[in-house]
Amino acid sequence: MAKYLLLKHYRGAPASVNDVPMDQWTPEEISAHMQYMNDFAARLEKTGEFVDGQALAPEGAWVRYDGEGRPPVTDGPFAETKDLIAGWMVIDVDSYERAVELAGELSAAPGAGGRPIHEWLELRPFLCAPLTITE
Amino acid sequence: MDEALLRSLIPGVLAVLVRRGADFAAAEDAVQEALVEAVRVWPADPPPGSRLRSSRGDPIRDAKGWLTTVAWRKFLDQARADAARRRREERVEEEPAPGPASAADDTLQLYFLCAHPSLTPASAVALTLRAVGGLTTRQIAEAYLVPEATMAQRISRAKRTVSEVRLDRPGDVATVLRVLYLVFNEGYSGDVDLAAEAIRLTRQLAAAVDHPEVSGLLALMLLHHARRAARTAPDGSLVPLAEQDRGRWDTALIAEGIGILQAALARDRLGEFQAQAAIAALHADAPTAEETDWVQIVEWYDELARLTDSPVVRLNRAVAVGEADGPRAGLAELAALDAALPRHAAVAAYLHERDGDLATAARLYAEAAHRAPNLAERDHLTRQAARLNARRRR
Repeated sequence: MAKYLLLKHYRGAPASVNDVPMDQWTPEEISAHMQYMNDFAARLEKTGEFVDGQALAPEGAWVRYDGEGRPPVTDGPFAETKDLIAGWMVIDVDSYERAVELAGELSAAPGAGGRPIHEWLELRPFLCAPLTITE
Repeated sequence: MDEALLRSLIPGVLAVLVRRGADFAAAEDAVQEALVEAVRVWPADPPPGSRLRSSRGDPIRDAKGWLTTVAWRKFLDQARADAARRRREERVEEEPAPGPASAADDTLQLYFLCAHPSLTPASAVALTLRAVGGLTTRQIAEAYLVPEATMAQRISRAKRTVSEVRLDRPGDVATVLRVLYLVFNEGYSGDVDLAAEAIRLTRQLAAAVDHPEVSGLLALMLLHHARRAARTAPDGSLVPLAEQDRGRWDTALIAEGIGILQAALARDRLGEFQAQAAIAALHADAPTAEETDWVQIVEWYDELARLTDSPVVRLNRAVAVGEADGPRAGLAELAALDAALPRHAAVAAYLHERDGDLATAARLYAEAAHRAPNLAERDHLTRQAARLNARRRR
């Protein structure tokens, strides 16, 4: 088994095919989208491949250490940050091919007009603990 | 004996051990172990009298006695095994007689201890659920979506913090109420219903202490819990108060909440939970959203603002003013408040929609969705923006 992170971006991903902001959809289209996402996660739980899923608020800050006895420096939020993560799903699957297949399904979630969004999702393998038998 | 009844015995058992000289952390562990043993052995070999239907004895007292005996033995076993505790063990064996205290006092002291001001709110919540509520660390961890090891550490640090606190000083009921309010307000997840647990713990507190704000909080919880089934649609989306199917509200809980609130208000010692409960009661009283008595609700928000001076209260008051005196009056109230307040944009969007300015309302709903503190609200606000944008396109 191998774990993969499916990353969804607010910004920074290549443009989707069906690229319409959600507040321009109809309420029914929003419901259909939510239903698709919930069904997807529920199905992965049933197959034993779901690990975690979380959504992030769009605004955050940068923080760094500023030396002994001083409070950390904070900066932001930056409106111009190129890459902004919206949320993630972690899956635990048998193969890279299966991970790609699932990411493709998630990207097919319906959007404006009920058509698939074709959203670009970032697929990143986890670096896991070393295997016991390596020779 | 059902689990809730079993767990209701915990505060009393724990307090007996502490009064006999056990330190709080060790006593709490011993009570948890005794509970585990009770769940294991009682189905086959219940304590005398604990079969509720067949016995003429007092099942509660017998079960409590059994738990106390087993917990005390567990504590002594542990104390003996621990050489560092040798001296304390000798002391407690010399003077095992518990001091005089009623069961109600025991319960109350335990609430005070678990909500002690030296604890952070997250620690106080976790300790209350475990030591007063009798939930397992795993259940609490699942409810708050953190790893079990993390929750175990949080609880054991909290126990160490309060181990130094002496139980003989009276605490502040307000700190306990804030903890119970937090438990209730976080709703529920995992297989533990935190809202129901908060209500159980608040009922238990109300039985131990006579205080109008305890009644106020209990009434507030019951009145909100009564609407729970109507608050979400089958697809999980939020249903706003005005659109809820009032036929799905729990009328028995509403009646109980209003009864408790009226008795509290009659004592003329108003506090913020009573005022909040009064607002919830006025909503519960309206057969339809249109029949809501907004004028009285505004008056209660005025009381609440006097009691707390919280900007969140003034934001909610602006909504009520918008309903009582029209959206323009609501917007005028809103103009006096800081636009950075949480939910400010959502309230502004609502009032602009009622005022007929759909373009501004749609823009503000989208802005509110962008700043929403949770997914359910974000989805709801996005749908509101989408609904208005769809209407404007027609």
